Amino acid sequence: MAKITYIEHDGTEHVVDVKTGLTVMEGAVKNNVPGIDADCGGACACATCHVYVDDAWKDKTGESSAMEESMLDFAENVEPNSRLSCQIKVSDDLDGLIVRLPESQH
Amino acid sequence: MSDLGANVVILGAGHAGGTAAALLRQYGHTGPISLVGDEPLAPYQRPPLSKAWLKGEADADSLALKPLVFYAEHQIDFRPNTRAVKLRRSDKVVELSDGSTLAYDILILATGARAIKLPVPGADLAGLLELRTAADAEALKAAVGPGKRLAVVGGGYIGLEVAASGRALGAEVVVIERESRLLARVACEALSSFFQGVHESHGVHFEMGASVTGFVGENGHVTGVALADGRTIACDAAVIGVGATPNDELASESGLETARGVVVDLEARTSDPSIFAIGDVAHRPMPIYGRMFRMESVPNALEQAKQAASAITGRPAPAGEVPWQWSDQYDLKLQIAGYAFDTDEVLLRGDPASGKFAVFHLKGDQIQSVEAINSPPEFMMGKQLIGNRKPVSKAKLSDLSVSMKEVVA
Repeated sequence: MAKITYIEHDGTEHVVDVKTGLTVMEGAVKNNVPGIDADCGGACACATCHVYVDDAWKDKTGESSAMEESMLDFAENVEPNSRLSCQIKVSDDLDGLIVRLPESQH
Repeated sequence: MSDLGANVVILGAGHAGGTAAALLRQYGHTGPISLVGDEPLAPYQRPPLSKAWLKGEADADSLALKPLVFYAEHQIDFRPNTRAVKLRRSDKVVELSDGSTLAYDILILATGARAIKLPVPGADLAGLLELRTAADAEALKAAVGPGKRLAVVGGGYIGLEVAASGRALGAEVVVIERESRLLARVACEALSSFFQGVHESHGVHFEMGASVTGFVGENGHVTGVALADGRTIACDAAVIGVGATPNDELASESGLETARGVVVDLEARTSDPSIFAIGDVAHRPMPIYGRMFRMESVPNALEQAKQAASAITGRPAPAGEVPWQWSDQYDLKLQIAGYAFDTDEVLLRGDPASGKFAVFHLKGDQIQSVEAINSPPEFMMGKQLIGNRKPVSKAKLSDLSVSMKEVVA
């Protein structure tokens, strides 16, 4: 279990307990946190679960795969700390993780 | 015009219906919401049923759109195992299969589509499967395994995904297709032959141009698929994936306008202003192609759920979307944007032999659709270009040394 804080573009915070093994995307969607669309349900096919990982957490969330990099390269408003949240698996190490959401996923 | 306190009834608890219910609450709807579904499960994702779930890489919890408790917490009256049997529009009432009735101010039809059954002898044998629901997938999972012989009737996306998962689970797989090529209705020839080659290299056998005349069995269980040329393909189970037909009878019987699907406008509203139709059951306008059609895809279900929830809660309609879909087979990711309507040229970018290429379908110098294999830049950029209708240089587009960003520049 990890406590994850999702911060919407307008600053609204959602703090949610997410089970180990789920993804950061699933943690948001299953708890109705708005701002992560995840159209493809986690298949790394759509880039609509884009988040900005808080700098302090960049190492713990790991490297992104070539497929993820490639999808992100063409998403809107990409920053160096951009990730697709369906590709970040939740573990105890991510307890306290903070991610910020872009203004729009499309 | 919107009434956040209106009594909303949603018929169908699939991806479209479940998403509409959640979005209505997210958009501030305070009135009652009932979500009626004929399956025992709360809304779940269907795409993994033929892929990750079948291979044991995803469990029921991960398939669920929301945890069950979500519906109670958000005052959504979820009614599983229940079907609507009649729509009485004049009284704004729905009659349900359990004998009860539900009154509505706003009705959302999200009744989906059902698998087409082959009208041939033996079609009622045990071991003949289809793949629409989690229950179907359970039955299929039980039927595949090392040494089991699986016949797949229909070389469309579902059939091919099942074939790939069946091979991963160690089953012998034969795909039987009526047309001379795979994916004949939905993909171009380059893609058809590419997929056939990939599946063959993974040990899938194909019977192309083969029509199924019946199923044979012993003790009520299928043992083979009979073909028009007289041969019988032996199998322990067969999956039929030959397309789907919309569940639009409730609508047509109540006098709503239908056309192989319930006809709706850009807000997903039907010919009755109190009734919306979304997802696989809807026949909807698609302005970038200047026509109406019906789509069976998750992105379409989500988009129309947004359209309906926005209209009901008085939000501006979502910006027009570019339809898209995806398929995973083996280590291949296929991403498709748009539909190849009115095209005059097919342009290949990359070499299929490399396992990484894209097929662009053009109308003049505009992209109508793109099919991208392991090529996210081509998919992402192609999708944008389909949406903004910007003309492209064919010379640049077909030249791999010119990046997709440069193609657009």
